[in-house]
Amino acid sequence: MALSKDKLGRFNPDNPMENRVTDIGPRHYWQYFPPVIQRNYGKWDYHEILEPGVLVHVSETGDKAYTVRCGGMRFMSVEFLREICDIADKFADGYVRFTTRNNIEFIVDSLEKVEALKAELAKHKFYSGSYKFPIGGTGAGVTNVVHTQGFIHCHTAAVDASSMVKAIMDGVFEHFTAMDLPAQVRISMACCLNMCGAVHCSDIALLGYHRKPPVIDHEIIDKVCEIPLAIASCPTAAIAPAKTEDGRKTVRIKEERCMFCGNCYTMCPALPLADGEGDCVVMLAGGKLSNRISPPKFSKVVIPYLPNNHPLFPEVVAAVKQVLEAYAKDARKYERLGDWAERIGWEKFFEKCGLPFTEHLIDDYRLAYDTYRTSTQFKYTDAAWAVTRAAEGEE
Amino acid sequence: MAFEPKRPQKKLNYQELRLYTDEQLKNYTEEEVKNFKPKHDIPKLEQLEDGPWPSFVADAKRYALRRHKLGQENLLINEDVVDDLLGQLELSYVHGETHWKHGGIVGVIGYGGGVIGRYSDVPEQFPGVAHFHTMRVNQVPSKFYDTNFLRGLCDLWEYRGSGLLNMHGSTGDIILLGTFTEQLEPIFQELTQVLDVDLGGSGSNLRTPECCVGKARCEYALYDTQEMCYEMVMHYQDELHRPAFPYKFKFKFDGCPNGCVASIARADMSFIGTWKDDIRINQDAVQAYINGEFPPGGGSHKGRDWGKFDIYAEVIDRCPTGCMSMEDGKLVIDNANCTRCMHCINTMPRALKPGVETGVSILFGAKAPILEGAQMSVMVIPFMKAEPPYDNIKEIIDRTFEWWMEEGKNRERLGETIQRVGLQRFCEIIGVPPAPQMVKEPRTNPYIFWKEEDVPGGFKRDIDDYRSRHAR
Repeated sequence: MALSKDKLGRFNPDNPMENRVTDIGPRHYWQYFPPVIQRNYGKWDYHEILEPGVLVHVSETGDKAYTVRCGGMRFMSVEFLREICDIADKFADGYVRFTTRNNIEFIVDSLEKVEALKAELAKHKFYSGSYKFPIGGTGAGVTNVVHTQGFIHCHTAAVDASSMVKAIMDGVFEHFTAMDLPAQVRISMACCLNMCGAVHCSDIALLGYHRKPPVIDHEIIDKVCEIPLAIASCPTAAIAPAKTEDGRKTVRIKEERCMFCGNCYTMCPALPLADGEGDCVVMLAGGKLSNRISPPKFSKVVIPYLPNNHPLFPEVVAAVKQVLEAYAKDARKYERLGDWAERIGWEKFFEKCGLPFTEHLIDDYRLAYDTYRTSTQFKYTDAAWAVTRAAEGEE
Repeated sequence: MAFEPKRPQKKLNYQELRLYTDEQLKNYTEEEVKNFKPKHDIPKLEQLEDGPWPSFVADAKRYALRRHKLGQENLLINEDVVDDLLGQLELSYVHGETHWKHGGIVGVIGYGGGVIGRYSDVPEQFPGVAHFHTMRVNQVPSKFYDTNFLRGLCDLWEYRGSGLLNMHGSTGDIILLGTFTEQLEPIFQELTQVLDVDLGGSGSNLRTPECCVGKARCEYALYDTQEMCYEMVMHYQDELHRPAFPYKFKFKFDGCPNGCVASIARADMSFIGTWKDDIRINQDAVQAYINGEFPPGGGSHKGRDWGKFDIYAEVIDRCPTGCMSMEDGKLVIDNANCTRCMHCINTMPRALKPGVETGVSILFGAKAPILEGAQMSVMVIPFMKAEPPYDNIKEIIDRTFEWWMEEGKNRERLGETIQRVGLQRFCEIIGVPPAPQMVKEPRTNPYIFWKEEDVPGGFKRDIDDYRSRHAR
């Protein structure tokens, strides 16, 4: 069956239910497995990363599946997707797989095919010089940054996503194509606290954040919002009902209570928070998802403010590299960034990374007390002596 | 193993599907790409064209050129859509603020999700993106494709949409970015009737379930993640398309505790493969690791010289429960004390394998920080058999849905409802007894909500009786 060229295609506005097909779900996966995968489904014995970006999975049957993994862009054009298809048709029997981190994988059944693929992929470059299909993203290195839509599609974004991710990956590219770190480092990026990218369990996370309370559009608020819902949406009860001078219903914001989460804006378009001057990037670190050695853990805020310098975010890139290099130098083999920080102590983490510890990094939201140190066990760093001096305890 | 689709699969052949001729597909030269100037000046974006990482700007510019060469007669939405998107993006960089309006309710008939309405707040300047609605297309579980499907999708989306997309979005769908309202129904019809694929979820409904690569290409997969994901997405089509929940609800299927699809951080219901018998040991292979014949970690650390493999420093002493030892040159595991963290297996994959009596652990309640703070999923069901048709698991899911739809407040994720009413109440609802596996440690306060029936004599008391023993 051919795709339709008619303007309205198969849709008949006079009889919208005509031929309508619903609730069919996704395509079934089996037909999209390359033959070597179909033959060995559930029979895999072990795997090895032969070199960065190239894996071999060995089956009980003796079959081998070779995977070549390339860094991918989450945001792409159909033209780029067609280029992926051209490579898949020519070198991988027409099959391709995408990973949860937006990487592209070609799976073949011999080393010769791997070499042919690698040679082909290296040839694909943009006119501007950047790779289209950089090979890497395996093992103890940095793989692709998972991220959200940013200014390309989102109405609540505090910063752009695709540009920051491009800048970060350019900055840490050498760790994408090598496996020279103590363990894998998962970087993620979300353009606001809604965190469609769920960056809260990443080794390094970047988060777009607002820093000014919502500005109230008094003229439309009672038309476009359910005011009680907007009031109820605030987790700190910073929004209260109010009247405009001419007596119309509106709200007022107790600004000192606002924590800039943006939940009110999600509920009410008359309460925008975005402000190019105030919005910023927060860096979190030390989270992870796997249960390996230590349980999964949340990322912690380690830099409360980095400027939103679109499009290259030099301060963000520098901060990522600073943390990454300190970790690479100091952590033990297999130790994830968060495990390293916990072993050496967070005071040492700040010292080794060269990051200032500011009041913003002490929790004051719910359950904050659980994060306070209730022990005499600590390590001396300059920050401790600054406290001693301030308390006139000498040193 | 059951590999049967729930319905016959239409065979897709791009040569039959196609909208564009070969000439139309190769309609520009590299020279033209190099010299192409998009409609708007985009000096900030152009700073992102070089550098080693793939440049989305270079890709978008090339694609903008392609649309111009195709011409409006071969496109149903504005041929300038990519130029205008780049122009608006440039303006957003100048302002440091997004230029998309809040919300916009659009969709296809009969569904309450799958389409996200989006409008530009500067449409006069960038008319090509005046409407820029997104459609979520249900991805193939674990994201394997062939080029017939993908090329068909490319033609459809180029003709009726912006030609810009995500492979894939955070929840797993293929995200088609940007079309006009009048094309939503036609695109939906082409997707379902021709490409034989459905929309994914959005809004307060079941979001498109996602799974790891599973048995397709991973020796650690402890249950059939694709099969289970596919079964659940088919079984819960109504919940996926027609919002009836307090808020979004996510299933994710991780084949093992390594957690490659992040279910423990992101899913209201996380299914994570586990086993209940002993780790299988191949002592010869253990020796081969010790002798340096096999690279540890499946070669994951090849990029740096970490010295000779040391089974104590790298495995035995790193075991979080200390349940491993060497006795007479053989590796010994005290399996009763193993918590299945996977470290030893990950480090020596050719010597150690998970047990063969496998199933899933089911955890509930993960979510991102909005609103009460981020939460990870809570271990509730330590082990459950996970085999088709998964009736035991569907029963648990149904009880969860039913209770949460009754008890959950508007915009309250399952984890927040559990926090509000207590984990013990939730256990009661799904019909499981409390267990120490559900907590890191028991409570430190004694503020127990005793029920009247727990206490001898109940709560009804007489003050005179009390006063008969205690003067005022």
